[in-house]
Amino acid sequence: LSTLIVAEHNGESLTKATLNAVTAAQAIGGEISALVAGANASKIVEEVSKVKGISKVLYADNECYKGLLPEAITPLVLAAQNQFNYTHITATATAFGKNFIPRLAAKLDVSPISDIIGITSEDTFTRTVYAGNAIATVKSKDNVKVFSVRATAFDAADVGSDAVGVEQAPSAESPNTSSWEGQELSKSDRPELTSASYVISGGRGLKSGDNFSLLYELADTMGAAVGASRAAVDAGYVPNDMQVGQTGKIVAPELYIAVGISGAIQHLAGMKDSKTIVAVNKDPEAPIFQVADYGLVEDLFKAVPELTEKVKAAKSG
Amino acid sequence: MALRVLVGCKRVIDYAVKVRVKPDKTGVVTDGVKHSMNPFDEIAIEEAVRLKEKKVASEVVAISCGPKQCQETLRTALAMGADRAIHVEVPEPESHTLEPLGVAKIFSKLAKDEDVGLIIVGKQAIDDDCNQTGQLTAALLDWPQATFASEITVDGDSMKVIREVDGGLETIKVNMPAVVSADLRLNEPRYATLPNIMKAKKKKIDVKTPADLGVDISPRTETLSVEDPPVRQAGSKVEDVSELVEKLKSHGFV
Repeated sequence: LSTLIVAEHNGESLTKATLNAVTAAQAIGGEISALVAGANASKIVEEVSKVKGISKVLYADNECYKGLLPEAITPLVLAAQNQFNYTHITATATAFGKNFIPRLAAKLDVSPISDIIGITSEDTFTRTVYAGNAIATVKSKDNVKVFSVRATAFDAADVGSDAVGVEQAPSAESPNTSSWEGQELSKSDRPELTSASYVISGGRGLKSGDNFSLLYELADTMGAAVGASRAAVDAGYVPNDMQVGQTGKIVAPELYIAVGISGAIQHLAGMKDSKTIVAVNKDPEAPIFQVADYGLVEDLFKAVPELTEKVKAAKSG
Repeated sequence: MALRVLVGCKRVIDYAVKVRVKPDKTGVVTDGVKHSMNPFDEIAIEEAVRLKEKKVASEVVAISCGPKQCQETLRTALAMGADRAIHVEVPEPESHTLEPLGVAKIFSKLAKDEDVGLIIVGKQAIDDDCNQTGQLTAALLDWPQATFASEITVDGDSMKVIREVDGGLETIKVNMPAVVSADLRLNEPRYATLPNIMKAKKKKIDVKTPADLGVDISPRTETLSVEDPPVRQAGSKVEDVSELVEKLKSHGFV
């Protein structure tokens, strides 16, 4: 058994979800190698080489890996596979992994397994279907198992101080059929949604994008990230990168506060593994209360400012 | 301009249906359950039809793989403005084990047969939540892929695509032909009007089988069981904000 993890990073630092994928790979057993592809990403290589559980790092340094486009990364991973014959190849089920993993799988003529939440054995995985309303146990009959890992389902691997060896990755040609032009990232000093300990999300009950300022104030008081339901995204209140749910991000923070969110199935799929769930909604019949540890039936426009004030007072007191 | 666009339309259990797991754990109950077009595929069809209305595309061909009832899904696509449709018939029970890889093999074969220049699919089907078909199809054709698209602009031999990524938006440029997968904000799909539903009845649906196309769809995975997720127990209601703050304090959250 041997696993290759394709590391995700933004050019500056390693995406934390990659550490969760390392833990998943450890559950399979065997040697774990990591591949870092990037343009001048030696800092990332250093970081990856210290992750516990990884025994070797392959590094491919080339301008064409900027933006981690799947057209460029896939031939590189195929070249590594030709040389090392891994039994398992994986990445995180983030925008990067979801984009890249199936492309690689098709090139290996393998049926990929998306967004796994558990590993039963070296060829058998569990994953959610129907927005988390059912859990399927799936056995792969392919020689090479190609899968993506849901970060919230696995702990993050530790980062130590001893670095393992780094090798040059085998060279591969990029087809140059796509190019990365740039990005417009939502600027925020708040924690990143998928790795935050506390998340506060707003739904259609907020009534406008401007009213999300109520949540931002509470979030900044608590050091929380801010998310949203699909309804709030559909209504144009906030951008899609804030969406928590089946078709958005999956989060599992210590504390999740749902404000003005009714609790549609597809939203619950993205947050019901949170440790503690608080719901604030003026409708006592809202389905969100069926999963909430603490439910407050009250108008959010009154409750949230009061909550912010009392949390502030508690912190200073 | 002769840009033929192929659009994948999956028939899935309607998004509003509360799915139930079968007692024998082999899958979920589908008999007598309302089905409709995968919502992301409606967005894909809408985008293709808009490209035709803008005279960027010359023809929109809708495809669905699965049992006979997929033709109802294709009629919806035709009523939304697709010109014709292809039903690749996979009867039950084989349709239950049809994987995205098999579908992608069908799509890529049809793309070649039909001289297609652009494929648009939904980013994810709301039944298996796989999020694979677009990427797999692009790989099999060796075309570039523009997944999770929220805006596409075709410009001659290339296309500029704004993509939804974890931290915000990303802009890429891909050469044509290419595969696009539609995300939520690409457009708002239209409703099929009655006159268009009537017109759609006259449009052509070709029926083929995977064997006609020479495509092997035998499954590579085996679903061992499908079970209910662990149930989360509802907690209690709190009276007011003060009590909520006390609870948050007791957990050490504040």
